[in-house]
Amino acid sequence: MQRVVSPEHLFFEAKREPVFITGSEAVREAIKRANVDMAISYPITPQSESMHLVGDIYKEGYIREYFRGENEFAVMSAVAGASMGGVRVFTATGGPGTLRAFELFSTWSGARLPIVCAFMTRGVNSPLTIQPDTIEMSYLLDTGIIMLHAENAQDLHDFLLKAFPIAEQTEVHIPVGVFADGFFVTHTRETIEVAPLDMKLPPYNPYNAPVPVMDMENVPIRQMRDPFVMKSNFVSYAAHASWQQEVMAAAERARPSISRYLGGLVEVENADADVLIVTSGTAVSISREAIQLAKQEGLSVGLVKVKCVRPFPTEEIRALTKKAKAVIVPEFNRVGWMAREIKSIIDDNAKVIGAPRVYGGMTMPAQSILAEIRRCWA
Amino acid sequence: MSNEYRVLAGPEGYLPPAAAVMGVELPNTGDALVEGKILSDNEALHLIAEKLLSAKRPFFFPGPLLLWAWKDGVAERAQAVRELADAVGAGVIPMPDYRPKYPMINPAIEINPNHPNLTIWHNKIDVCVFVGVHCHYANVALKIIRGGTDCYTIALCGEAGHEDAMISLRDVNLAKIQELTAIVKEKKRQMAEGGK
Repeated sequence: MQRVVSPEHLFFEAKREPVFITGSEAVREAIKRANVDMAISYPITPQSESMHLVGDIYKEGYIREYFRGENEFAVMSAVAGASMGGVRVFTATGGPGTLRAFELFSTWSGARLPIVCAFMTRGVNSPLTIQPDTIEMSYLLDTGIIMLHAENAQDLHDFLLKAFPIAEQTEVHIPVGVFADGFFVTHTRETIEVAPLDMKLPPYNPYNAPVPVMDMENVPIRQMRDPFVMKSNFVSYAAHASWQQEVMAAAERARPSISRYLGGLVEVENADADVLIVTSGTAVSISREAIQLAKQEGLSVGLVKVKCVRPFPTEEIRALTKKAKAVIVPEFNRVGWMAREIKSIIDDNAKVIGAPRVYGGMTMPAQSILAEIRRCWA
Repeated sequence: MSNEYRVLAGPEGYLPPAAAVMGVELPNTGDALVEGKILSDNEALHLIAEKLLSAKRPFFFPGPLLLWAWKDGVAERAQAVRELADAVGAGVIPMPDYRPKYPMINPAIEINPNHPNLTIWHNKIDVCVFVGVHCHYANVALKIIRGGTDCYTIALCGEAGHEDAMISLRDVNLAKIQELTAIVKEKKRQMAEGGK
């Protein structure tokens, strides 16, 4: 039997117990405490195990409804329908699954649906790869969803739980994607701390939503949200534009609650160092190792862990990088989307070093980051 | 020159930005937004009353959250808004739902968040009050109004408020509506005495 507690109690006050589990199991533990009404699944490596485990907890009574969709597009559509119907809903996907469902992510944010989705990132290319890669995050940057990037299983667990109250605030009410680097996080075991199992989040209240619940039987709800899409006139275009602006505004309004629940959009160590590493996901963990190696050589390097990619911590990174002589941005993708984001917001962007960059499933040795650090002193 | 974005009566331009994207933040409980700046609820209530009483053609736009008795307390709030509008001497045009009206809206009697400017232009409304409109639709409409009309917008919101209104109150309940009505009546009395 679980009792409802406030998000603040569940996140910050409840005594936590250590457990030695995989990232996929951390998803299960988060969803057990998230008071989820419905979960819909479709398998895709490296995500499959997480939604399998969510299916197990449906059987145990933690979730009211659970089923498998026909494919990712169908799952994301069904998830949208469930959310429009006013329930708390969860799903997960990754890599090609993300792209197969792609249209729906903009649809979710456009329809102001507070869906929480875990993305277990992997490569998207031909020849087929199932290996870790964060390229899909680049594609999702402008879909209107909030994007949190987990460094490890603890983050994955915490960000998922915290994603629900962030997403469901009236003034925000857009989807939250929680991203974890596939395999590196999902398939490795580590000790994380979880809140007692007899606690769960308060239920979602759809009556505080900024849009009506889609009850097609009762006034005032007999409507769809997109009839003006068919019209070709200025009135229609202006409504569309204002609508899209409102979705962007909703993400901006999430900043205070993301800061409150995650302790800021970024996390900083040794901020005054001349050389800063700014990165997200598991590249943060490897950067920590590289910074220790550099320290042994007498090189002092700071670290900015970006926890929230959308909305982007623009002001935070501008302020933190102002005095730095070099900004190293290690990434697990070929395009370097994080380096691109940072270059686009700071004045002196020639000091941004978009390296090392690995992809296709390659690991990133700490020595490859150390090599970039050494170059800054060369 | 200050880069601070102000939420002022328009017409602001072809496509004005969302105020939230320009750095305008919603107030905490007990505070209100006035033209992009945070003031106390009490200050905002008095400014709303003054704006309404100095308007030539003030109108209230009650939305579905007020027009349909979908939960306890709505009928009482609707009655209170009616009394407020009567105290001001304002017109009332309902926004019963959010479906765009095609092929043509009747702007004399209805308003829709997807083309609210048509109703404002037709009725020459210079101050309007959004109340009981779902937040997403209120913000969509408030931006369109700011872009294309010179109407001064006020939002009485039961949730966190609206950056895109020129004056926005948050957590508006029955008591706050009644408080605003009392302020309006008192200001009217003072104006009548001053005019003697």
